[in-house]
Amino acid sequence: MIELVSAERCIQCDICVAACPDNVFDAVKDGVPVIARQDDCQTCFLCELFCPVDALYVSPLIDAIEGRSEADLAASGLLGSFRREMGWKNAKPYGTGADLSYRMFESGAIVP
Amino acid sequence: MAQAVPIETAPADVIVVGGGPAGCWAAWNARASGASVILIDKGYVGTSGAMAAGNNTTIDTARGTKERDFTVNQRINRGLGLVRRPLLESVLDRARINLDLLAQWGYAFPVDDDGRPYRGMLRGPDCLRFMRQRLIKAGVRVIDHCPAEELLLTQDGAVAGVCARYRNGRGLLEVRSAAVVLATGGCAFLSGAIGTNNLTGDGYLMAAEAGTTLASMEFSGQYGIAPSFSGVTKGIVYFWATFSEADGHEIVLPGDRQSVAKYLMKGPVFAILDKVSPRLQEGFRKGQPNIFVPFDRAGIDPFRERFQITLRHEGTVRGTGGIVIDERAATSVPGLFAAGDAVAREGMSGATSGGGGPNASWALATGSWAGEDAAAYARHVGAHQVSRPVRPSRVRPVEDGNSRKAEIKQVIEHIKSETLPLDRGFFRSEDSLNRNAMQLDALWKDETWRRPGDAYDAARIREAEALIATARWVTASALLRRESRGVHRRTDAPASDPALTTRIVSGGLDKPWATYDLMRDQAVRAAS
Ligand SMILES: Cc1cc2nc3c(=O)[nH]c(=O)nc-3n(C[C@H](O)[C@H](O)[C@H](O)COP(=O)(O)OP(=O)(O)OC[C@H]3O[C@@H](n4cnc5c(N)ncnc54)[C@H](O)[C@@H]3O)c2cc1C
Ligand code: SF4
Ligand code: SF4
Repeated sequence: MIELVSAERCIQCDICVAACPDNVFDAVKDGVPVIARQDDCQTCFLCELFCPVDALYVSPLIDAIEGRSEADLAASGLLGSFRREMGWKNAKPYGTGADLSYRMFESGAIVP
Repeated sequence: MAQAVPIETAPADVIVVGGGPAGCWAAWNARASGASVILIDKGYVGTSGAMAAGNNTTIDTARGTKERDFTVNQRINRGLGLVRRPLLESVLDRARINLDLLAQWGYAFPVDDDGRPYRGMLRGPDCLRFMRQRLIKAGVRVIDHCPAEELLLTQDGAVAGVCARYRNGRGLLEVRSAAVVLATGGCAFLSGAIGTNNLTGDGYLMAAEAGTTLASMEFSGQYGIAPSFSGVTKGIVYFWATFSEADGHEIVLPGDRQSVAKYLMKGPVFAILDKVSPRLQEGFRKGQPNIFVPFDRAGIDPFRERFQITLRHEGTVRGTGGIVIDERAATSVPGLFAAGDAVAREGMSGATSGGGGPNASWALATGSWAGEDAAAYARHVGAHQVSRPVRPSRVRPVEDGNSRKAEIKQVIEHIKSETLPLDRGFFRSEDSLNRNAMQLDALWKDETWRRPGDAYDAARIREAEALIATARWVTASALLRRESRGVHRRTDAPASDPALTTRIVSGGLDKPWATYDLMRDQAVRAAS
C-alpha cells in the first residue's frame, strides 16, 4: 500500500493525483497531496513511476502497514527504486527497449 | 438531498468505456474510421486495468508459419474442445497488424541478442502511455476518473450513450452517442491481484441491463500464485520454482502449478525460484521489475530464500467468461459493442486461462473490430442520433448525505467471502454452489445497503451490484456444468464429460439463468 508522500521532496505537481488508477490521493491547494483513501490502493507501484522526484513510497504489503521512516527508506535506496528499474524519468518511459523478458522463451520450454 | 442533475457534455459518435488495451485500440480504430470518439475510464487511461500493472506477453506469428501452427495447436489442446481455429487465426492476424502499427509509430520494442525487434512483450505502463498520447493527438477525448454506471437506451432499446460518475465529486455525467464499446475488462472480485481493483464486472452488469447475455462464466476459477504478502500474481516465474510445505518437504506439481491449491487448503506452502539461471535472472529483473521490487522491499532474495505463497483469484480477468459477441465485436443489442476481457472468449482460449499471450492478442483484435464496427454503426445512425429520446437503464439512487462507507464495505466483504476462498471459487460442488446462490440471492434482493450517503458510496454500491450479478452468473453456470473442465473444477464431478463440450450462456438480473448454447453448436457445425 501507498505509505509515504514526502513533503520534503514533493514539488506539488499533482501528477500522482491524476495518474493513480484508484483515486487514492487528493490534491491540496498550495500543498502536498494527501493519501485520502489508503484502503483503495491496489499496490501497483505506478504512482512511483510518474513522480518526477521520487517522493512516493509504496510498501509491498497489500494488507498491512509497514511504517518505515522516510529517512530509513531514503538511506536504503528504496525511494524511486521501481522507477529506476523501469527506466522512467520525468513521468516518461525510457526503458521500454531494455526489457529482456524475451529470455523467458529462449529455452523453448514455454511458448506463448 | 435530491439526486443531482447530470452534467451533459457534447455527444460523440462512439463512446469507449474502459481504457486498457482493448479500449485504446477500439478508440484508435473508431477515430481512424472517421468517428468522433470519447474514451472514458474509471481510473486513468495508462495505469488502470490488468495490462497497466504488468507486462503482456503477446503472440506475434504470421499465418501459415511453423510458429503460428505451433501456437494454434497448443491453444486448441489447452482449450479442451472449445477453441475455434478460424476465430483464433483471425484474432492472431489482426493482433499482428496492430503490432505492425506500433512499430510504424516508433514504439520502442526491445531488441533481442540477434538485433531483431522482439514484439512478443508489451510492457503495460509503457505501452498504454504510448497509446494515450497517440489517442489524444488523434483527437480522441479522454476522460479519466469517471466510471460509467449505466447505458442510456432509446425507446426501442438501442444503446445511445452512457451515464458516468466523476470520482472527484463533480457529480454525474451524461454523454450521448450513436454507439458504445464496452471494454471494461474482466472481474477478479477484489481479490487484491495486482491491477484488478477497478475490474468489478461493471460492463457485464451494464450490458445485461441493456439486454445482452453472457457466456462461459464458469471458466472463472482462475487463480494466480503470489507471495503471501503481495498482490503480484505474475505466475510465469514459478515455472522455475521449487515448492515445499512448512517442514521443507518438496511438493511435486506435474502440469498445472495452480494445483498447489490442494496443499494450500492443508497448510502453508513455500516457493523458491531456484531453477532460474543467472542469465534469466537478469532477464526477469530487467524485464519485469514489479515482480522483484516487492521482494527487494520485503528483504527477500527469492532466488536463494524460501518465501510463503498464496493463490489469488483472477476470475474472468485471466479466465474466459464475459459478454456474448458475434464473430467480430457486436453484441445482440443495437449500438452496443464489446471487446477484450469484458467479452466471452472461450472460442479463443477455451476452458483454460488465456493469460500469457492469447488474452493480449484478443484485446488487440476485438478492440480494433469493435472500434471499426462502432464507427460504421454511427455512420449508419447518422445525425439522427442526437434527436433520439433516451431513458436510463436503471433507477438512479438518491444520496441522502450520511456516509455509509463502513456498511457498504461489509457487503463487499461478504461478496468476497462467497467468491474468493479456494473452497468456493477454485473447487466447486453442488453444495458449495447452492450455498453461494442462496447468499448472493439474499444480497441482491436486500435493498437496505443500497442507500448511498454520498458519491463515494454510490460508486461503491454500483460496484457491489456488478460483483453480485457477476458471481450469480458464475454460480448458475457452474451449477449447470456437472463436470470438471479447465478452470472449472467440480469436486463432485472430477472428470470431463465429452458430451458437455458446449459453451454455457447465462443472463438475467433478478432471476439468473444458465443454459447450454446448443444453437451455437449447430451454427458452428453448419459453418464447417
Ligand atoms: C498480473 C497479470 C499478468 C498478465 N499477463 C498477461 C500476459 O503476459 N499475456 C496476456 O496475454 N495477458 C496477460 N494478462 C491478461 C491481460 O492483462 C488482459 O487480458 C488485458 O489487460 C485485457 O485488456 P482489456 O482492455 O480488456 O482490460 P483491462 O486492461 O483490464 O482494462 C479495463 C479498463 O476498464 C476500466 N473500467 C472498468 N470498469 C469501468 C467502468 N465502469 N467505467 C469506465 N471504465 C471502467 C478499467 O479502469 C480499466 O482501465 C495478465 C493479467 C494479469 C492480471
Ligand atoms: S507526483 Fe510526486 S512531486 Fe508530484 S505531487 Fe505527487 S508526490 Fe508530489
Ligand atoms: S500504488 Fe497504485 S493504487 Fe496505490 S497509490 Fe500508487 S498508483 Fe495508486
